[in-house]
Amino acid sequence: MIRYILRRCGHALVVLLGVSIIVFTLLHLLPGGPARASLGLRANPASIAAFNARYGLNQSLPVQYVIWVGQLLHGNLGYSYKLNQSVTSLLAEDIPRTLALAGSATFLAVAVAIPLGMLQAVRRNSAVDYALTGLAFLFYSMPSFFLGIILIILLSDTVPLLPSTGPTATAPLWSQLPNLVLPVLTLTLITLALFSRYMRSSVLDNLAQDYVRTARAKGLRPRRVLFGHVFPNSVLPIITLVGLSLPGILAGALIVESLFNYPGMGLLFWNAAQSEDFPVMLGTSLVVGVGVVLGSLIADILYGVADPRIRY
Amino acid sequence: MLWTPGPIVLELPVDFEAPSSPAGDEPEQPRGFAAALRVFAANRLAVAGLVVIAAFLLFCFVGPFLYRTNQVATDIARANLPPGPGHLLGTDSVGYDVLGRLMAGGRITLVVAILVAVLAVTVGLIWGATAAYVGGVVDDVMMRVVDAWLAIPSLFLLIFLDALLRPSVLILIAVISALAWMAPARLVRAEVLSLKTLPYVEAARGAGATGAGVLWRHLLPNVVGTIVVNATFQVADAVLTVAALSFLGLGIPPPAANWGSMLSNGVDYVFAGYWWQIWPAGVAIVLVVVAFNFVGDGLRDAVDVRLRRR
Repeated sequence: MIRYILRRCGHALVVLLGVSIIVFTLLHLLPGGPARASLGLRANPASIAAFNARYGLNQSLPVQYVIWVGQLLHGNLGYSYKLNQSVTSLLAEDIPRTLALAGSATFLAVAVAIPLGMLQAVRRNSAVDYALTGLAFLFYSMPSFFLGIILIILLSDTVPLLPSTGPTATAPLWSQLPNLVLPVLTLTLITLALFSRYMRSSVLDNLAQDYVRTARAKGLRPRRVLFGHVFPNSVLPIITLVGLSLPGILAGALIVESLFNYPGMGLLFWNAAQSEDFPVMLGTSLVVGVGVVLGSLIADILYGVADPRIRY
Repeated sequence: MLWTPGPIVLELPVDFEAPSSPAGDEPEQPRGFAAALRVFAANRLAVAGLVVIAAFLLFCFVGPFLYRTNQVATDIARANLPPGPGHLLGTDSVGYDVLGRLMAGGRITLVVAILVAVLAVTVGLIWGATAAYVGGVVDDVMMRVVDAWLAIPSLFLLIFLDALLRPSVLILIAVISALAWMAPARLVRAEVLSLKTLPYVEAARGAGATGAGVLWRHLLPNVVGTIVVNATFQVADAVLTVAALSFLGLGIPPPAANWGSMLSNGVDYVFAGYWWQIWPAGVAIVLVVVAFNFVGDGLRDAVDVRLRRR
């Protein structure tokens, strides 16, 4: 087990290295390099030279990379001259709100997908199964912003139940719960389709296994076979799936946040794209990449701990 | 495109009916391509998907000749007209005919999506096949590169590159492909790794075939099925990507029509009740994506059969 965790951590480190190299490369792809990205297009040569000297940008690329990583490790993700604030402090404000959105949507999606997938597997090829399959296909093929628009039309315009905009940044989230409902619901529905399909095929796979036949043959009630044997075995892979889905969930959050004006990391990123605020975009991409790597690392380790069959 | 990690196992109900025809009826089972074609044709959803795709191609490429509209000059005097004679689906907020715009937007979306699929799958094929065939450290390094590319959600990188480059359509195609080749690379690698161990490859080597020859003549032809299936899903994903980028105000530059930007403009009029500025573009995206996903599923089952019976 320890060896598995160590190997998995080593793999994550290598991927993190790759992520940092990608972001570093993008930083240098910017016209005029990092100096112009930070100081703006109208910066004069003297201030660029001063900036370059100050941050070691006149050194060779590998040296610059090492300096840059050192800065990152000290929590310095760059500075947004457009917003006149450090990227770290901007993200520190917005990440908790994105985590609240993505976390609650993922939790809800898993909580609904598990019973739904089991129901579909048990009632395989019934009308319920077909209907849910059709819906899953529809949600999976629907652009997330279109789904959001439909929900706004249905729940905010036709039936004026909920506000069509997300919460504001000035008050804490828990004090504006109605504004949270539509963003969370949109993100949940996008994620739900994938999870319930996976759960369905996972339960179907397990139902066909020999141990299920044995359990039935010794006279166990169907209910106990399903919940005592099939359920634990088929629900475990969902942990891995959540880890694998993190990039998709975060990308979905970006679109949901920009549609509902939800003040999270995605909206920060989108606004930065509109105003060409590259330090914010790169800092966010880096943090998202690191989050995804750590998230899937945690998912894999959890899966290894939860499933005694996994031994590497 | 939002779900980057590989194709999703969306099992179709129809494939449970396929094996029900008694196999003993036919003296000889059809093999290879014929078997694949038969399985595909028996999948009603896949055939329906194909019909929808054909209909959209006709609509977008032939439609403008039958239903002529001005998609260049704006006409504020005729803005936000409801559907009626002259404008079958009404007009948008600057006076473009919505039905005509749907055709023009579909044309560019489909061309971009199909080219992205071809490009992404080609890069993935070369990358994955090389990694699997060479193996060892090269394989390790190449696959860690894939892992790192997959770790940063492609939408973030796309928006960054889009804001940086303000790309033309051609660069947009290159950028989207540059962020879509990882899934096919993984698939091809897995497939080549398993094919490499089969006796026929050993036999080919024994007969004197060299490395590149084995890869090109004996391994790649057997990966074609996987590649075609993935390319179909890639088209669906690319349609969603283009729409998402345009919705976010990036992607295909404004004077050109686009389903995503049509939707994004329509959002401003949700509460004005201008439904014709939202539903046609939205439904068009969903139909095309569902159709390509259905065809992809049908192809996967068909290819699967071809491999099983070999």
